[in-house]
Amino acid sequence: MDFQLSEEQTLLADSVESWLQDKYDFERWRKLVKTDLGYAEENWKTMAELGWLAIPLPEEAGGLGGGAVDAMLLAERFGRHMVAEPYFSTVILGAGLIQAAGDDKQKTEWLPAIAEGKSKWAFAHAEHGSRFALNETRTKATKNGDGWTLSGRKIVVWDAASADRLVVLARSAGGETDAKGLGLFVVDASGAGVARHDYRTVDNRRASDIQFDHAPVLAVLGDPAHAMPAVEAVIDQAIAYMASEAVGAMAALHETTLAYAKTRKQFGRPIGDFQVIQHRLVDMMMQVESARSLALLSALKAAAEPKERAKAAAAAKVQLGRSGRFVGQQAVQIHGGMGMTDELNVGHYMKRLMMLDTTFGNADFHQRRFAALGD
Amino acid sequence: MDLEFTADERAFRDEVRTFIRSNLPPALAEKTRQRIHLDKADFVAWHKILHAHGWGAPNWPKQYGGPGWTPVQRYIFDEECAASDAPPLVPFGISMVGPVIYTFGTDAQKQHYLPRIVSMADWWCQGYSEPGSGSDLASLRTRADSDGDHYVVNGHKIWTTQAQHANMMFCLVRTDPDAKPQEGISFLLLDMTDPGVKVRPIISIDEGHSVNEVFLDNVRVPKANLIGKEGKGWTYAKFLLGNERTGIAEVATSKQRLKRLKEIARAEQACGRPLLEDADFSAKVAAVEIDLLALEYTNLRMLAAENAGKGVGPEASMLKIRGSEIQQNLSELACEALGYYAAPYEHRPDGSNQPPVGPDYAQGRMESYLYYRATTIYGGSNEIQRNIIAKMVLGL
Repeated sequence: MDFQLSEEQTLLADSVESWLQDKYDFERWRKLVKTDLGYAEENWKTMAELGWLAIPLPEEAGGLGGGAVDAMLLAERFGRHMVAEPYFSTVILGAGLIQAAGDDKQKTEWLPAIAEGKSKWAFAHAEHGSRFALNETRTKATKNGDGWTLSGRKIVVWDAASADRLVVLARSAGGETDAKGLGLFVVDASGAGVARHDYRTVDNRRASDIQFDHAPVLAVLGDPAHAMPAVEAVIDQAIAYMASEAVGAMAALHETTLAYAKTRKQFGRPIGDFQVIQHRLVDMMMQVESARSLALLSALKAAAEPKERAKAAAAAKVQLGRSGRFVGQQAVQIHGGMGMTDELNVGHYMKRLMMLDTTFGNADFHQRRFAALGD
Repeated sequence: MDLEFTADERAFRDEVRTFIRSNLPPALAEKTRQRIHLDKADFVAWHKILHAHGWGAPNWPKQYGGPGWTPVQRYIFDEECAASDAPPLVPFGISMVGPVIYTFGTDAQKQHYLPRIVSMADWWCQGYSEPGSGSDLASLRTRADSDGDHYVVNGHKIWTTQAQHANMMFCLVRTDPDAKPQEGISFLLLDMTDPGVKVRPIISIDEGHSVNEVFLDNVRVPKANLIGKEGKGWTYAKFLLGNERTGIAEVATSKQRLKRLKEIARAEQACGRPLLEDADFSAKVAAVEIDLLALEYTNLRMLAAENAGKGVGPEASMLKIRGSEIQQNLSELACEALGYYAAPYEHRPDGSNQPPVGPDYAQGRMESYLYYRATTIYGGSNEIQRNIIAKMVLGL
């Protein structure tokens, strides 16, 4: 048993942290997320130059061949600094899906462009009415001569406005709730038959509702009627990433709140002198550590056989959701009125943690999934 | 023991219901349903409608311009207003400073201010908290120095709700820096239009503007604006906090929020069925409904005691604790019910032609969740409320 990082991993973590400390302080973040784009193209370029976009990509496609643990190191630091660039959508989801379901030609065509920062992707999976259940996908893929077209509606597609390609989960066969019959279809994000309604989300990210009306499909990733095994694998890897992002945010909240409790004085002494505050901070710490443990477990199991991988991911997602809520809410509470202000980072972390809970299914959803997976 | 309202109380309920039905503008009700932050004009509009009917100060005795209702009638009134999505009454005048003025004020203060509160000619705000004095309010440092027949006030108030609308502030100031903390405090009525008053907005995590900082720089306040005796301000402040204790549970509002939550959960689908039929989600809704039922009847027990002329003691702090926790829980469940549609956060201006993102019932739910995080902080944080119960009720 060994939870030590390798020398390379330590170096990576340190260099990410030092770049973020230098370039990504909270005041800059506030300005950045208020721009139209919601992030900086310049930062994206730097991330490409530093090789971060290539970390989880295979070496034969211009990547660094890093595993889920390397992605985890990055995610935790991105969580701590609330990095707004679409790393998750493009590198973890987009490249993840191409890698898991695409053929060699597709991989050589698209992955290097992602690694170089020249191409951005988004994953359209959610639909209104299906809540978090991906088997209830109603967006239809219809065979049209040699190709396919898509019709239907996707909601809350993170980072679609800045993406040039969309991977759309759509039904080519089967009934409305069958897990079989679903495929991954690549479309041009601003192509014909794609009508986007872009908006800002509560955590200051960008998302879109997208109406597809006979949108021409550029390519199909894998079997057009049997994509779910690949989708589930990628989502479980994505959960490992999100769990670490959440750990970064929670750890930052705990540190900030602890520091505040030591300095904020009421009744002639620091509020951290009061047992009620002490116990709350201890409970927060235990939540952060539990989430950290399961984030690590889900990263280490990201390439395991499906059931083992799924159980670890589901557990991490449940923990992320519950811990994130508790830590976020208590950080606001202990900061009192200050915690309620937009100008403090505390509320922003809380909002981000809520969105991490929701994305790909909340704690209840994954608890049920965990139970259904059995022993 | 009798759980039913009397015939008179039922008749009163019907009267209130009929009045609201025929006088509350539907657009205002719709806005109240969707928004946490209403505009000044919205609050004033509803207040003027009530005032024209003689209900401008529902909680006041007749002699000062109120309708002279019993606590049970006030409860019925609150229930009916919330059930119709009427805008909440602005508490600073009618619930906070008004009773202080008619209990401790001079005749001149009563004659000048009370009618203006009932008609909402003045908009009041509460100058209590300071940057260094939140939970420990008695440590406040804003000072009022005597200068002939005036006080000269200097200091810095914070979390002042709706100060941007206010032309008057009631505030706690230190008139005797040498006395023990609670004994050197006085209660002053201050004109916000004085040139020494500066209001700076604070944007809260829901991105709304309802709280402010207020800077007081050599503000001259006539001594005629002192309430009661100099140095007795803490007594009046405690009276104010203890007044209307049974209202702080927000039972009526929460019942309405529970109804909305169920509407959302009926409309949202999970596994091809309404979310409200989902085992996990319906259990959560049931749990908060039971909490609310327990709070409602705890509140009614205290109300009945108040109706019988028995004062309600510090045990009413539990109404604030449970009430705020339930409000938070309800607002959180509403966001949870929305699934992905909790995420969009766009502020559409009034009358915007842009369609909202997601279903209509999603509008304002996240805003409400975020703003309600403050309910366990303001009005004496829940930690402080528990201290009060431990000390005053349990003798610990």
